[in-house]
Amino acid sequence: MHLLNLGDNVQVSQQRDYSMMGDDGRAAVERGLADAQWYQSPVARKRMKELMQRSDGPAIRDTVLWLGLMIAFAVAAVMLWSSWWCVPFLAAYGVLYGSASDSRWHEAGHGTAFKTRWMNTAVYQIACFMIVRNPTTWRWSHTRHHSDTIIVGRDPEIIGMRPPKLGSIALYFFGVLDLPRGLRAMVRHALGRISPDEASYTPESEHRKVFRDARIWTAIYIVVVTASIVWGSWLPVLLVGLPRMYGAWHHVLTGLTQHCGLEEDVTDHRLNSRTVYMNPISRFIYWNMNYHLEHHMYPLVPFHHLRELHDEIKHDLPPALPSIAAAYRQFVPVMFAQRADRSVCIHPQLPAPHNAEGTLNA
Amino acid sequence: MSTWTDMGAADDIEQEDVVGVEIDGRAYAIYRSPDDAYYATDGLCTHQQVRLCDGLVMGNVIECPKHNGRFDYTTGEGRGVPIRENLRTYRAKVVDGRVLVDLG
Repeated sequence: MHLLNLGDNVQVSQQRDYSMMGDDGRAAVERGLADAQWYQSPVARKRMKELMQRSDGPAIRDTVLWLGLMIAFAVAAVMLWSSWWCVPFLAAYGVLYGSASDSRWHEAGHGTAFKTRWMNTAVYQIACFMIVRNPTTWRWSHTRHHSDTIIVGRDPEIIGMRPPKLGSIALYFFGVLDLPRGLRAMVRHALGRISPDEASYTPESEHRKVFRDARIWTAIYIVVVTASIVWGSWLPVLLVGLPRMYGAWHHVLTGLTQHCGLEEDVTDHRLNSRTVYMNPISRFIYWNMNYHLEHHMYPLVPFHHLRELHDEIKHDLPPALPSIAAAYRQFVPVMFAQRADRSVCIHPQLPAPHNAEGTLNA
Repeated sequence: MSTWTDMGAADDIEQEDVVGVEIDGRAYAIYRSPDDAYYATDGLCTHQQVRLCDGLVMGNVIECPKHNGRFDYTTGEGRGVPIRENLRTYRAKVVDGRVLVDLG
């Protein structure tokens, strides 16, 4: 691990503005960091075509397993509701609801999960509801995340801001901040309003869809909460809504490994994204997004081909971290150090012989 | 007025694939469809100027490699977000094994 002080090369203020409407966003545009050309490890076109090929099979298998297990765990929890034995089933249900929905939102949003378009759309809508992310604003937010990955003031999906708010990040594990934030956005959208940040990356022509979906969701939540009140039972809200809190921990656990502690304001995903080897259960829940560097470099490659893509280009990448624990051992001390000095970050070691072979793509 | 420009050998493009060609500093994308017809469009995505020749051809659709924006390359029509502007198309034909494109 190498620590890089950006102070010599990059002018940074002590407190940066991560909002989409601030000075750092304008500075990023002036410095050519917005919509910039990014490094890509070389892959022969023929091989890349193979890797980009879509298939319905893997995603159908995983979706049947995902939703099937959710139904089974929910039924078991309902049957055992009067005893403590319902807890492990609710816990498992919660992870599939509050964490697996994050990766399904992501992959189906890219349109790469399935070959068949309507299947991507259907899973995307279901996952958006579970993770409480408006299908339209979050699609545009993620588009920007891929254009301007970890560019301060441009990327609306930066979690590890500097100095990091470690208390807030800890609360993400339980959805304490993001569920209320998502619900507030839903109500705001249902009332026909959109925030300035959202408006900065969501075209006005899309706003009607934002409001329509928010109104449908609001109606669903009203029904669920009313059912809980009328029946005098927590069960309805424990099955719809609250799993976004008690089941969120896995998507935060894996999601923090994507970019935390790495560089800001660079145009090489090898310097701001991380690949981490993970166990098969986490890879199922996370839909192989542990190959995150590869995903950012080649977003058209479906989740079920990311491991092959990794094998194809790993000679040109920093070494992958061997486990989730190893990733945390790498970035947690750096994030603590950033509380005192925001210029501290991890500078991944690039394989020098291959640096000149890559290509720059917008 | 037609200005037919040689874009390269027809056989250099696989079926259901795309290649990029640069003429006078301007990028073009040349497609060979699954039914063996040839088409040409501007080479950069209208969303954020990404090279379409690195994208994925599926039937009559080209998908941008960066943000998954989709176009019907036979008409240039954008197919949903994040595409808000259609792609310019050009007439293409094959003569003596060469792809010719009318750059007008």
